[in-house]
Amino acid sequence: MIPRLSAITSNTFREAVRDRVLYNLIIFVLILLASAPLFSQISIDIERLMLVNLGLSAISIFGVIIAIFIGIGLVSKEIDKKTLYTILSRPVRRWEFIVGKYLGLVLTLLTNAVFMTIGFYAALYLYTRPLSAADARLLIGIYFIVLEFLIITAVTLLFSSFSSPIFSALFSFALFVIGTFSEDLRNFAAYSHGVGKWGAYAASWIVPNFASLNVISQVAHKQPVAGAMVLFNTAYALLYSATVILIAVLIFERRNLK
Amino acid sequence: MYAIEIQNLSKSYQVGFWKKGLRPALKNLSLCVERGETFGFLGPNGAGKTTTLKLLMGITFPSSGTAKILGRHFQDPEIKKKIGFLPEQPYFYDYLSAPELLDYYGRLSGVSAEERQRKIPATLESVGLNDAGNTQLRKFSKGMLQRVGIAQAIIHDREILFLDEPMSGLDPLGRHEVRELIQKLKDAGKTIFFSTHILSDAEALCDRVAVIHKGQLRGIGVMNELRSAAGTNSEIIWQGANALSAVVRDVTEPHVTGELVRATVAREQQDRVLEKLRQQGAVLISVTPLHGTLEEYFLAKTSQAEAVQP
Repeated sequence: MIPRLSAITSNTFREAVRDRVLYNLIIFVLILLASAPLFSQISIDIERLMLVNLGLSAISIFGVIIAIFIGIGLVSKEIDKKTLYTILSRPVRRWEFIVGKYLGLVLTLLTNAVFMTIGFYAALYLYTRPLSAADARLLIGIYFIVLEFLIITAVTLLFSSFSSPIFSALFSFALFVIGTFSEDLRNFAAYSHGVGKWGAYAASWIVPNFASLNVISQVAHKQPVAGAMVLFNTAYALLYSATVILIAVLIFERRNLK
Repeated sequence: MYAIEIQNLSKSYQVGFWKKGLRPALKNLSLCVERGETFGFLGPNGAGKTTTLKLLMGITFPSSGTAKILGRHFQDPEIKKKIGFLPEQPYFYDYLSAPELLDYYGRLSGVSAEERQRKIPATLESVGLNDAGNTQLRKFSKGMLQRVGIAQAIIHDREILFLDEPMSGLDPLGRHEVRELIQKLKDAGKTIFFSTHILSDAEALCDRVAVIHKGQLRGIGVMNELRSAAGTNSEIIWQGANALSAVVRDVTEPHVTGELVRATVAREQQDRVLEKLRQQGAVLISVTPLHGTLEEYFLAKTSQAEAVQP
């Protein structure tokens, strides 16, 4: 099981690394970070705030774009090009294929995030040196972004396991946007009545809670993040992703491939 | 124990917007393939050949029926260690080189790192790709890709090979190369189950053939028996259309093009017809024994199907 999983994971990672689009996105982020100081010519503090906000948001947005962009093709591309035929004719279980693909894309995003983090800290050092203890706290914000990647990758893979790439992209992006505003959805439910109230409540619990994973503004303002929140978010992201992957596996196990 | 034992395998696809209609792709297929046999699965396009292979490989699920491979249920993942599969017009990860692709498939099939190191160059050599080096597959020709396809199917310790239209889409040279490769595997004693609609390939390689048409098995024939029935007719081509009247009762299917005449003659009538043609002053162009038995068998079986199903 482990050798097969690691083979699929490493091949998915290798495919992404050899995909030039990925490099373009990294370069784009680096250019964005480099241009950050141009927007903030006011004071050192504002410059740092802008840089942190822009940098962490860019890491998040570009990671999500990569997750969706690659994720929508993870399964459908293998079916369309029939490469899956030669995989399923081997002693590979369908769940191993799904989990291997998931881990491969997560590994890609993690690597991507590491490079972007290095770039981000380099930019931060360049414009606000020396780095302070508060800057280390920014890593919690990046850690939460990685948790966000775990969820969005799982969700995209779920859609990719039964839907076309275009619909997978639409569904995943829609869920990302709704998930980002899940706190607002909960507030809306609190002030609603009847069926709308329960519908909004149900939706707010079903969609991924990206709002609680977004602490960019908090860490940018040098505010601490509670340890309990780190634990809760970690457990939440792992459980949510595992559940979504399980659903993807259940769908894929029964699927007749064209 | 049979290498492959298929019992009443059926597959219907749901059709229509609400997916309430059913379109049968395979109807109650039952057949057995002996170990070490090269078995040709013949049929026109859309006959159900690929559906059968996809069912056996676990890519789609049967509506009813079952199959055994080497005595074990065909969906048992363990049995997949013993089989190799080449899909029709395969596409492989084009960002990989041939050794990388074989390494990936070897890992998926449970081949150890040490064994892979030894087997990958040997397998590439056996399919004539030892010069491929680190060239990515996107730069490979169709024939080279087909050879990579066969290499991935034999990288592990397989006993049975399933090949779906292994020669389709290849130029004559590519077809010849792939045919040679299959012949080598056949000589090595492997069981080969291959689907094709190219009859000459089946005739050259197979021990037995099955004909499938519109999802139904139309017949199974042993190639040697089919061959023994061969050569009962010859095709004669001569110049001199006037001579046709003298032999018209002895030949069948005469075709006249200007002064050239082409006709089929039974082997026992051949000498008499040639003598008559000589007497009439016709110029003999060629006499060719006809080996169209598999084609005749195929056409008979598929036309039976046409008769059964309006």
